[in-house]
Amino acid sequence: MATTAARGAAARSVHLDESRWARWALTGAAVAFLLAFLLVPLAAVFHGALREGLWVYLAAIRDPDALAAVRLTLTVAVIVVPFNLVYGLAAAWAIARYRFPGRNALLTAIDMPFSVSPVISGMVYVLLFGAQGLFGPWLVDRDIRIIFALPGIVLATMFVTAPIVARELIPLMEAQGSDEEQAALTLGAGGFRTFLLVSLPKIRWGLAYGTILCAARAMGEFGAVSVVSGHIRGRTNTLPLHVEILYNEYRFTAAFAAASLLTLIALLTLGVQALLARRGGRADGHDATSARRAAA
Amino acid sequence: MAERRLPGFGLSMGVTLTYLSLVILLPLSMIALRTFSATWESVARVVTAPRTLAAFRLSFGAALAAACINLVFGVLVAWVLERYTFPFKRLVDGLVDLPFALPTAVAGIALASVYAKEGWIGGWLAPLGIEVAYTPLGVVVALVFVGLPFVVRTVQPVLRDLDPQIEEAAASLGASRGITFIRVILPGILPAALTGFVVAFARGLGEYGSVIFIAGNMPSRSEITPLLIMIQLEQYDYAGAAAIAFVFLLASFALLFGVNRLTLRRVPRAEG
Repeated sequence: MATTAARGAAARSVHLDESRWARWALTGAAVAFLLAFLLVPLAAVFHGALREGLWVYLAAIRDPDALAAVRLTLTVAVIVVPFNLVYGLAAAWAIARYRFPGRNALLTAIDMPFSVSPVISGMVYVLLFGAQGLFGPWLVDRDIRIIFALPGIVLATMFVTAPIVARELIPLMEAQGSDEEQAALTLGAGGFRTFLLVSLPKIRWGLAYGTILCAARAMGEFGAVSVVSGHIRGRTNTLPLHVEILYNEYRFTAAFAAASLLTLIALLTLGVQALLARRGGRADGHDATSARRAAA
Repeated sequence: MAERRLPGFGLSMGVTLTYLSLVILLPLSMIALRTFSATWESVARVVTAPRTLAAFRLSFGAALAAACINLVFGVLVAWVLERYTFPFKRLVDGLVDLPFALPTAVAGIALASVYAKEGWIGGWLAPLGIEVAYTPLGVVVALVFVGLPFVVRTVQPVLRDLDPQIEEAAASLGASRGITFIRVILPGILPAALTGFVVAFARGLGEYGSVIFIAGNMPSRSEITPLLIMIQLEQYDYAGAAAIAFVFLLASFALLFGVNRLTLRRVPRAEG
């Protein structure tokens, strides 16, 4: 980061820098704000998890219900991510490569899940498949369970995480343009070959980050899953729901132990993001990253 | 240059529209369907019940308050991160995105424990007579956490690209640093800051996981709208839940549309 001073101290008048006191006061206020709302809560997770020692922590993580929750959480992510990946690629391709009537409306629809409360995202599936939902009686007759079972959790998670890959790829693909694809097609490559050998390599970092972010969000989704899961321990409890149950039972150490696993996933995601932002710096650009974050 | 139309329009559009319709649009339309299949009186009774109105007030009020706090502190944090140096700055910069990545339930229990009366920060505030956890103030704290990255991340790139010459010009014409900030720098970053404000506000309206642990969830006092919907669903009152969700979504979209229009009007002024 270029500081004001580094940009050429000799040429600048004193008026271009704040006084030393102002700098300290502003930095202090910003750091205090970040401490109170970000860093102290982050530290509290690990403090809460480890406060009774490492053995209690490990025991909490190896509890059968916790392990079942981890398994279910991973299962959901493994099912959801490929679907959203294909959808995200298709949506980004359609939006970034073509101009057509209704394009803005489509973009709004793609973004929709971001502006809907997670509780409402889960609720719509209860209205469809719940006991008193549209298809409820039909499903009960055939003994098919969607709500309070894995399919409901998968659907709700799909809904919430659907825009993530598309949102990562659209600004990237718009910034890159399609010159290379045009060249490949002119030279006689087929459409599928062009996509595989030209388009995919161009967006690989954006695609990688979108996939990781989608997986992380799928594993951490709480509100939508909470509506459709029914909280059946060992069966329909994902890791975030497991955290909630433990916390409400005043088993704080176990709750924070499970929460620490999710926090590690989040920190890992941020690390990968920082790494890819530096790596993709040339093709992708810092401002594209910022714009993407802003749009998310 | 004659641009060829790239192949794959039909395929990508087909996949997109199919998935979008099945997973998002058709399920969402259930809210309207369910609301309109109930009688007008029953819908009106649910959404004008004192408990529902209190939840609406709290959700909109707390989201607005949190977005305002994030507007001010977001600009401050972006400024400090772009212009000054301090130890561990890059690490802190990276952690600003934490609320994007951290599951909301984890944020919820962490904030509740930190801001409880015996917590690390709550313990300092309690002697001053400030109770955060299990009050409406707790809702605001949770929403500040959730919306924290938005203003910072929209303002940062604008601040980075701001031409230093206009600051120099202002200074050489005799403007003090404070005047330069208010008259020269602020108009430049305001559109970006307001965009971040709107996104943070929108995000706060529907937030559930990080709020319910710290809010205390007392009906008509610290109960947010998404929780009220959840409670209706748990009582198998689908019609009631749908009605509240319908009005809440409608109000949210109308409000966001209005705020967007208001903030967009300011953009041309700052472009000059």
